[in-house]
Amino acid sequence: MMASSYNAKEEDGHHSGASSGTGVSKNKKPDNTAFKQQRLPAWQPILTAGSVLPAFFVIGLIFIPIGIGLYVTSNNIKEFEIDYTGVSSDSPCYNCAKNFTWNTTEPCVCTVNFTLHQPFESNVFMYYGLSNFYQNHRRYVKSRDDRQLNGDLSALTDPSKECEPYRKSGDVSIAPCGAIANSLFNDTLVLYYVDSNNSISEIPLVKKGIAWWTDKHVKFRNPAGNSNLTLAFKDTAKPVNWAKPVYELDPSDPENNGFINEDFIVWMRTAALPTFRKLYRIIQKKSGATPTLPNGNYMLNITYNYPVLSFDGRKRMILSTISWMGGKNPFLGIAYITVGSICFFLGVVLLIIHHKYDNRNTSADIPS
Amino acid sequence: MERLRWVQHRCQQLLAGDSRRGWYSDGLHNSSLLNTHDPRGRVCGRQRTIFPRNGLHQQDYERVSRNYKSNAISTTKYTLLTFIPMNLFEQFHRAANLYFLFLTLLNWVPVVEAFQKEITMIPLLVVLIIIAIKDALEDFRRYLFDKKVNNNVVRVFCGTQKSYIDQCWKNVRVGDFVHLSCNEIIPADMLLLYSSDPRGVCYIETANLDGETNLKQRQVVSDFPLQGEEFTPESFHSRIECENPNNDLSRFRGYMEHSNGVRVGLHSGNLLLRSCTIRNTETVVGIVVYAGHETKAMMNNSGPRYKRSKLEKHLNTDILWCVVLLFIMCLTAAIGHGFWMNSFEESIFQVDTETSPALAGFYIFWTMVIVLQVLIPISLYVSIEIVKLGQIYFIHNDLSMYNEQLDSRIQCRALNITEDLGQIQYLFSDKTGTLTENKMVFRCCSIFGVEYPHEENARRLEVYESENSETAVRSVTLRSGYSGKSLSCRSLSCNRSSVSLHTLTAEPMEEDQLSGHVQLRTGAFCSRMAKEVVPDPALVKKLNWLTNHSSSETPSSMELTYITDFFLALAICNSVVVSSPNQPRHVIPEERTPLKSLEEIKLMFQRFSFSPFSALSPSQIKGSPHSFKSRLFIRGKRGSLTLSTLVSNTTDMSGSSQENDSKPDLSAREEEEQDVEDQETEDDLRDTQTNPDETRQSMQDLTRQVECVEEITDELVYEAESPDEAALVHAARAYRCTLRGRSAESLLVDLPGIGSLAIQLLHILPFDSNRKRMSVVVRHPLTGQVVVFTKGADSVIMDLAESPTDQTEVYNHIKEKTQKHLDAYAREGLRTLCIAKKVLKEDEYDLWLKAHMLAESSIENREELLLESAQRLETNLTLLGSHCSSDLNHSISELKYQYFKCMRVFSGSTGIVDRLQEEVPETIAALQRARIKVWVLTGDKQETAINIAYACKLLCASDKLLTANCGSKDACAALFEDLILEVQSGESLTDLTGNGESMSSSFILVIDGRTLGWALEDELRSNFLELSQRCKAVICCRSTPLQKSQVVQLIRDHLGVMTLAVGDGANDVSMIQVADVGVGISGQEGMQAVMSSDFAISRFKHLSKLLLVHGHWCYSRLANMIQYFIYKNVMYVNLLFWYQFFCGFSGSVMTNSWVLILFNLIFTSAPPLIYGILDQDLPAVTLMELPELYQDAQTSKTCVPYMFWITVLDAFYQSLVCFFVPYFAYAGSDVGVLSFGSPINASALFIILLHQVIESNTLTWIHVVVLVLSCASYFGFVLLLSGFCVTCSPPVNPLGIELLQMSHSLFYIICVLTTVTALLPRLFFQALHNTLHPSTVLKSAHMDTVDSENYCRRMQRWNMTHSKTNRLSAGADNPGLEPSLA
Repeated sequence: MMASSYNAKEEDGHHSGASSGTGVSKNKKPDNTAFKQQRLPAWQPILTAGSVLPAFFVIGLIFIPIGIGLYVTSNNIKEFEIDYTGVSSDSPCYNCAKNFTWNTTEPCVCTVNFTLHQPFESNVFMYYGLSNFYQNHRRYVKSRDDRQLNGDLSALTDPSKECEPYRKSGDVSIAPCGAIANSLFNDTLVLYYVDSNNSISEIPLVKKGIAWWTDKHVKFRNPAGNSNLTLAFKDTAKPVNWAKPVYELDPSDPENNGFINEDFIVWMRTAALPTFRKLYRIIQKKSGATPTLPNGNYMLNITYNYPVLSFDGRKRMILSTISWMGGKNPFLGIAYITVGSICFFLGVVLLIIHHKYDNRNTSADIPS
Repeated sequence: MERLRWVQHRCQQLLAGDSRRGWYSDGLHNSSLLNTHDPRGRVCGRQRTIFPRNGLHQQDYERVSRNYKSNAISTTKYTLLTFIPMNLFEQFHRAANLYFLFLTLLNWVPVVEAFQKEITMIPLLVVLIIIAIKDALEDFRRYLFDKKVNNNVVRVFCGTQKSYIDQCWKNVRVGDFVHLSCNEIIPADMLLLYSSDPRGVCYIETANLDGETNLKQRQVVSDFPLQGEEFTPESFHSRIECENPNNDLSRFRGYMEHSNGVRVGLHSGNLLLRSCTIRNTETVVGIVVYAGHETKAMMNNSGPRYKRSKLEKHLNTDILWCVVLLFIMCLTAAIGHGFWMNSFEESIFQVDTETSPALAGFYIFWTMVIVLQVLIPISLYVSIEIVKLGQIYFIHNDLSMYNEQLDSRIQCRALNITEDLGQIQYLFSDKTGTLTENKMVFRCCSIFGVEYPHEENARRLEVYESENSETAVRSVTLRSGYSGKSLSCRSLSCNRSSVSLHTLTAEPMEEDQLSGHVQLRTGAFCSRMAKEVVPDPALVKKLNWLTNHSSSETPSSMELTYITDFFLALAICNSVVVSSPNQPRHVIPEERTPLKSLEEIKLMFQRFSFSPFSALSPSQIKGSPHSFKSRLFIRGKRGSLTLSTLVSNTTDMSGSSQENDSKPDLSAREEEEQDVEDQETEDDLRDTQTNPDETRQSMQDLTRQVECVEEITDELVYEAESPDEAALVHAARAYRCTLRGRSAESLLVDLPGIGSLAIQLLHILPFDSNRKRMSVVVRHPLTGQVVVFTKGADSVIMDLAESPTDQTEVYNHIKEKTQKHLDAYAREGLRTLCIAKKVLKEDEYDLWLKAHMLAESSIENREELLLESAQRLETNLTLLGSHCSSDLNHSISELKYQYFKCMRVFSGSTGIVDRLQEEVPETIAALQRARIKVWVLTGDKQETAINIAYACKLLCASDKLLTANCGSKDACAALFEDLILEVQSGESLTDLTGNGESMSSSFILVIDGRTLGWALEDELRSNFLELSQRCKAVICCRSTPLQKSQVVQLIRDHLGVMTLAVGDGANDVSMIQVADVGVGISGQEGMQAVMSSDFAISRFKHLSKLLLVHGHWCYSRLANMIQYFIYKNVMYVNLLFWYQFFCGFSGSVMTNSWVLILFNLIFTSAPPLIYGILDQDLPAVTLMELPELYQDAQTSKTCVPYMFWITVLDAFYQSLVCFFVPYFAYAGSDVGVLSFGSPINASALFIILLHQVIESNTLTWIHVVVLVLSCASYFGFVLLLSGFCVTCSPPVNPLGIELLQMSHSLFYIICVLTTVTALLPRLFFQALHNTLHPSTVLKSAHMDTVDSENYCRRMQRWNMTHSKTNRLSAGADNPGLEPSLA
């Protein structure tokens, strides 16, 4: 380095001069920063009984009241459920259930009577429930074309391949395509109140507002460009299992017809679990102090269109009020109470352990 | 991956082999054409022929050189066109990518399709793109660098223009003549044909090649006719034959055939290697023999090392279990789906009813493989690589492993074995340069059987040390056991020097700081310590006697002979390059050195030789001095001699005066000359006798002159290949026997009282580890004799030195005495060297020379022949030095019998002290406390090794030494049996006393090289292993490099332990390569060890930080990270699996597929990385202070196999909670598929992140930022998707879902319950475990946090008292640190 020939030396001299000038930056010395030297100020949680037990008590103390609150809330929700599948022979829908298939054209009507022992105060939500219906089956879930449902004209005439085998009927594409749409729940439920003097009054069921706002207004759209739905869907075929084409789902209300039919939208939101309910109608609370559904006898008139016995399914009608936490579900309340109690118990255990062991250890560790 | 790399490598080899074979047949053809007269040319056909490209041999040139590579280099892997296909090809060599590809392809099969096709490609694409970008950047950098290199300009001879013209490097071809000036970089491997240096040498600096900064000498092809004159390429008509390109830097064989048929051997000394720099030579011309990728430098280019870490191997079993788990899960789903299908005759929700349940089940199996793909944590490999990069970044940036003096950080050359540092169980250490500084300081010597203890020198070293120790004690807080060590030394009856040695262990900071600047300028191995040798007064007196004969004492003149010979040998028997800071390195400024005219020397010698010996009047006893001198003068007059070491010969002569029957070493010819010149000499003598005053006066003048000269050129710098060489040259210089310069053919030496002498250098037989010695062959200018000076390990020299039969008694006496001194030196921990001399007779020299030339010019087995040749020359040495007369007698008798032609003179032995590096004892103690077995493997003597072991606290006083030195294999076997018994009894004794402190009396095995050789054989191996396992430490001395690697391999393979080898020299390379972790110390002996190592440090003490802190951290970090990663995947994937029970095992998922894929890829990818890079289970200080924690980490929870299952079980539990809490909360409700998944995903995210918080040992703001960002990225993504994805993600559209979900309180209620319930058990058991079974780790951590201040205060107090007591009584026992802590 230092002593080569004179020339070299000169050069080296220059170099060293230069490097000493910029020496600081060329130095290989690592920066003495907290990060690079791994000396960042750090919180070092050491989990011992002593340090953890407050957390347990706090969790316990928070969870138990929440649990109680949830439990009470859940208990305040009124729910009524009736199975109208017609499995057993004494069921009013037994005949319908037995004879009805998808090919039957004549609707079968049956009536189920039931009694509400408690009045339903606020708004009542009317659900239909299906059991053992695997709406979450992988192939089923995929079998739809969101673009078609969103009013995309090209998708209307040429639906996605996901819809197979419910994509085309012959040469004509199906609208709405896919298995989900094809299996649309099409029972019609009408609820009557039988008052004490046996007079029957139909309870008004609101069919608007049962779908999500985003679904109704953003996700689902009728094909654009034509206000006449019949014309809009003229190049399409109805789904195989449907009795009527999609533009006749609710001829009475153009705002609820075609793809934006709310029953249809609700159905299209596939349920997560094989036993599920879907919102069917809403029974608005009448003004005043009268309960929405007073206790007494009711009559459920069913137009039985939907066969479920082939896969051992069940159909139910559910009436329920709703709270801030949703439908009736005692599980969460119980779970919170349980977990809170366990936490409290563990906290006590830890406290005992802490008293027994922690002191001994620390005293042994610290040399005097 | 490893195997794929190997395949790649093989492919490259095959390709390369093909091209070479293609060329080879061509070359063979040529050579057979050209060499019909040369049988060997055909036999060894693997040569290349080179014709000069000077326009004269155009045809030959074109024919031969067509197939040689040009000098353009391209180190890029890809070109613009080939980048994408090649890079993809490369990347799909990785199993991980293949797995991803397989999944992607699987997803294209319609019946098993799980997600949209694009989505499954995302992970693959992300990985591919990231790595492709990285590769492209690297390649582009290489391309730019290549371009820069290729376009460097060099002057190349152009045949048509008959002059040198500027050419780019890339246009240089084999056969070109390249003209280089000083400081230019050599563009290709070329033969040195011309050097502006009159002696035809040139110097190159190989720093670019191997990092060594000392200059290497290269020589113009010997016998080259144009030497010395201006070189003209036009007149070059020779043809060069040399071996095919290879990567051996130190080997080059070939010959050059001139047009007249004369052949000249070529060797590596003629070869200028590419990328080296020309130094100190104005111009050189060379002919290119290898260019471009065929140069040795390029062929030595190998990428970073690839090693597989133990943890990674362990990880593979974990992953295998994951595969099994995946298989079980998929099989469950498949069977379940089959049954599920079976239970439905016809259903509205079944899209495809035609397939039979069995087939559907089969399809579902594959679908599930896609759905559950995350379970196989393939991305873990990428993550691990990133984590290791991060870890290496921190290791690289560690300030405490930065060496201020060398300005060097730790180098991490292997990128993927960081965590192996945390698992080391055996440490194999070299001694010299690793434990010690390898800054050799001449300490003492023994000449002629007389020891010169150099008390002053020793004292200087001690004084020097004590200056430092003051600061050292103050600066190092934990210097415990200081006196305990000296106690141990005393108990072993070590003498003072071991204490002094021990005192040398303190920090050399002072010195380095003081001499830091100077040292930078003084080149290799020139520390202040080494340079300042205080001469021994007795020796000085004797030497002075040469210059100042008025001294009253009269030492035996024979002794003087040996003293001078000794120093002469010290000065010249080496390969030291001399330079002075003000001068070009190599130049021997002949015009500046006080080289006297021949006449002057003659005159001086006359006077000088006369006066001191006149008293003895040897001429009166025998006539020989006259004859001797006269012969000398005749030679001088004839001019056949240059100059010589008069003294040695003179004293040889005078030596004869002591013993009457001895006769000086004179050849028969000389005796004939004697009569002729007798008269003249006597005249001269008479002249000097008549003018004694004048003589004295001139002597004094001379002395003054010499001293003056010495002052002027005091700043000589010696650049030696090894530090002991430098130490010896400095020692010789202290006695004013100064090496002034060297060239290829001569050496310039100042001798006391004589001045500068040029000694003709005939040969250097360089040092090699097989011979363990080096020799120089010089022509003694005075006697004209060929003298061999040999310097080497004492055992070798002692063996080679033969006992003359007729003088056995006297001779053996000296030999014994010398041996005794040697042993004493070794006990003091000094490195010993013996120096011997031998005089060859002309005819024998001729004979040897002929054979040697033959060996040099042979291409094929040149090394072997040279070795043989060197050994032939060195075998007849006699142990000299202490017994001169007997030698003389012997040689005379030999002369008489015409049988033996040599005179052997033993010159003496030296003791060189090699200081321990700073903090070595502390480091070793720490490593031993960490239960790492430390073995020392050294080539040194047993005594030296043991002493160093004591000094560095590897041994303590109470340890029992088991020495295994056997003469035969059987004895060795028996000894092992005995030793094992002894150890067993010792152990049982310890058990009986039962105090558990086994450290108090542990066994140390000391084994020598020969015994080790037997121990490594199959039959004794098991015994050796058993024995060594029971010993606390093993010291292998006198071991060869091969043995070192064998030992490491034996331990590694048979005990299945993690080994680390640390060394600094070329002899440690094999050991470093064999060990699991190789650590090179970039020390004094070049860079070979560093180049082959995984980690390169500059100080041994850095090992403790590297292992105890970084190793521990890296290991625990990585182990934790891997477990966390597996946990994360199992936990998340199980959520999907549980859902299968509710969707008819159809492979349905309750999550948007984007979220599903990105969950692992983005949302939860950073936390484990941060965890793996930043987590610190314990602070560095604690780890350094409690090395016991090192081993604890390996046995602690992170690494035991069942932890994997506990992790998996916990993951199962958490996923169960995470799935079923929302399940029950939503059971029977109108929840949609994606709405159901929303709280599950969110709580899974919370659980996974909080799980890490529980597991993390440290949380810094970086952790917080990363955790927050992870959360934010998840929620940001799902909310965006929910807000704006109208038709973007068919068929499961997430529009509005999350927004709606998050507006419900139920979502939060579920999330909180799920998260708390899932983490509760882990939190509880962790707390319980930590409380009930606090590990050492935790204890210390606890202690550290609780008691740190207290501790610090106590430490300070202890330090103060300690330093006080230390000052009062240096040797007193101090209580040590540990008791005061307890």
